[in-house]
Amino acid sequence: MTHTPPLLQVRDLRVQVGERTVLHSVSLDVQPGQLVVLMGANGSGKSTLGMALAGHPHYAVQGGQALLAGQDLLQLPAHERARAGLFVSFQSPPDVPGVKNNLFIRTALNAQHEARGQEPLDAFDFLASAKKAAKELGLPEAMLSRPVNEGFSGGERKRNELLQLSLLKPRLTLLDEIDSGMDVDGVRAVVALVQKLRAEGTAFIVVSHYLTMIEQLQPDAVLRLDQGCIAETGDLELARRIARTGFARAQQTVEA
Amino acid sequence: MTSQTATLGAPATSQDVQPVQQAPALEQALARPYQHGFVTDIESDSLPPGLDEDTIRAISRKKKEPEFLLNWRLAAFARWRAMELPDWAHLKIAPIDFQALSYYSAPKSMKDRPKSLDEVDPKLLETYEKLGVPLHERAALAGVAVDAVFDSVSVGTTFRKQLADVGVIFCSFSHAVQNHPELVEKYLGTVVPQGDNFYAALNSAVFSDGSFVYIPKGVRCPMELSSYFRINAQNTGQFERTLIIAEEGSSVSYLEGCTAPQRDENQLHAAVVELIAHDDAFIKYSTVQNWYPGDENGRGGIYNFVTKRGLAAGRRSRIAWTQIETGSAITWKYPSVVLRGDESNGEFHSIAVSNHWQQADTGTKMIHLGKNTTSRIVSKGISAGHAHNSYRGLVRVNPGAAGARNHTQCDSLLIGPHCGAHTFPYVDTARGDAVVEHEATTTRISEERLFYCEQRGIDAQEATALIVGGFCQAVLEELPMEFALEAKALLAVSLEGAVG
Repeated sequence: MTHTPPLLQVRDLRVQVGERTVLHSVSLDVQPGQLVVLMGANGSGKSTLGMALAGHPHYAVQGGQALLAGQDLLQLPAHERARAGLFVSFQSPPDVPGVKNNLFIRTALNAQHEARGQEPLDAFDFLASAKKAAKELGLPEAMLSRPVNEGFSGGERKRNELLQLSLLKPRLTLLDEIDSGMDVDGVRAVVALVQKLRAEGTAFIVVSHYLTMIEQLQPDAVLRLDQGCIAETGDLELARRIARTGFARAQQTVEA
Repeated sequence: MTSQTATLGAPATSQDVQPVQQAPALEQALARPYQHGFVTDIESDSLPPGLDEDTIRAISRKKKEPEFLLNWRLAAFARWRAMELPDWAHLKIAPIDFQALSYYSAPKSMKDRPKSLDEVDPKLLETYEKLGVPLHERAALAGVAVDAVFDSVSVGTTFRKQLADVGVIFCSFSHAVQNHPELVEKYLGTVVPQGDNFYAALNSAVFSDGSFVYIPKGVRCPMELSSYFRINAQNTGQFERTLIIAEEGSSVSYLEGCTAPQRDENQLHAAVVELIAHDDAFIKYSTVQNWYPGDENGRGGIYNFVTKRGLAAGRRSRIAWTQIETGSAITWKYPSVVLRGDESNGEFHSIAVSNHWQQADTGTKMIHLGKNTTSRIVSKGISAGHAHNSYRGLVRVNPGAAGARNHTQCDSLLIGPHCGAHTFPYVDTARGDAVVEHEATTTRISEERLFYCEQRGIDAQEATALIVGGFCQAVLEELPMEFALEAKALLAVSLEGAVG
């Protein structure tokens, strides 16, 4: 059996934010269709990984490597990383005043199409699929014609991230605390969408503390981030243990 | 349409902006080359440079003007000579040598006015093709009558007959002087008096041509009226004069769009536009201005010093100014409305873009005189490069203006760390029952928003266009359909290379 290289390959990633080195050496592999949960205490650098991979200007990669489907991510500008199939959700998605949601998503989608040498979307076709996606996520259709995130609550903004995710269909998705601000139904919708995309081959890195959602997601692996490195790799059991005893105890358990 | 030699000194840093990390793509070329930069090579029949009484008599004679108009010009000239250059604006203007400009220029082939487009010099028509104004095609498809002004002489008028059927007069100003002198004499200078300001006085003395529109009682003009201009010969000031009169119960929508060729010397454009709306009349005046803005080092470019004013003379009359200003080295204009009639209404919607080394000091004046008058101001200023953009607005409520209401929304968007946005709002009210609301915001295109777009696959340039479009949405919605699409494209082109 041939060994296919992982979809995402991160080696010894070192990231500085301002004066501080937040990630010292992070390495991980994710295969298509795999779902990895990333856990860590506040300030451990969970959000940093996503932002660094996405190419946020404030996150300086000082060393290491990141390949997405063999492509050197770190050499690409942010929009090209996205077009290569990377989706990173924002912890606090900003608003884009005056720009309607459907225009925004359609522009993004067409950019992806262009990168793949495909024709731009017909506006009507797009609207039909957008409405369908909104319905599946339990979102009101009106959300499509509102300016992006303008006046949206935190939970609504997270749902908007999901809407974009479902329409953009990336190869690799990093979800950063997507459950925050969401009720039980919202979380159920997240899980349903994630599993659907996963079955279609999308890989996921999910940053979360919320055990209920983690359980529902049935992760392939659970990683604990500590002091800027992956301190521990495990499965669902690791997540349960962390939920029971917290991060300090988890650290001690390892050291023991 | 779709697209001074003095250096302006060290750029002032914008007062509200923290230096932003320059993303790599910011280094993209400053603007595409001005796409309308070319010169039609037809000989011009111009007067030599210089300005004195003889020049004015020569202009008037060339245009075969009646005596009253020559006298009016001469009176204006006398006033102008006694006036001083205004210098209160937030602008750095290289000195203009008024004696070095030629005040009249006509293409040779225009000695006899053509009676139809077939008689127009093909080279001129080619000019309009290049400008994106294929007269016959556009007229046929869009149903828009075009009065094309080439330098100082009108070239042709389309649809004059069709408009005449409903009694609408739409022609060049010169034509109106010949054929409707009584109307010109009645209204000229009643909204912008000769002595109003330095440049209006100059214009009144040496104005070349422009548009004349008269809408009779009760007539809704069946099509949008449009006009195009060019400055062609070197060192020629363009002094356009436009007069629009809307009688009781009538309405008209007028579009003004400009282009100009690439030049090394600054060119002066000092136009005057007067609008008069009688009882229950409505005049909408929309402008897309794309004059040559100067090169990326701030050299050359048009000086656009314009006086535009509307008189809402009648009861329930309404005047709406909509402008998209992206060109010119220096823009200095305040399209205003005098709200004399009871229950009259004035509106001003504006997008002003300044990039590279452009400067703009623009805004509006809403003068509330009658009872229960209303005005609305929406100003969107976008600054990029080393440009400075100032909003200057006046809302005045006179002692007799009971029940006056105004709302002003004045927003500035800054792109990059070297530009400036300035606001000079004046509220001058003599009444306690006036309701005057002013809201102002100053924002940057935030890094976070840009990155958000990029993370979804939208590159910085397109993201800027999206965000700017969103910022300007309220004004874009006010534009006539024809202009709205051009305007969006024009905004995008004007800001190319401004952000990374």
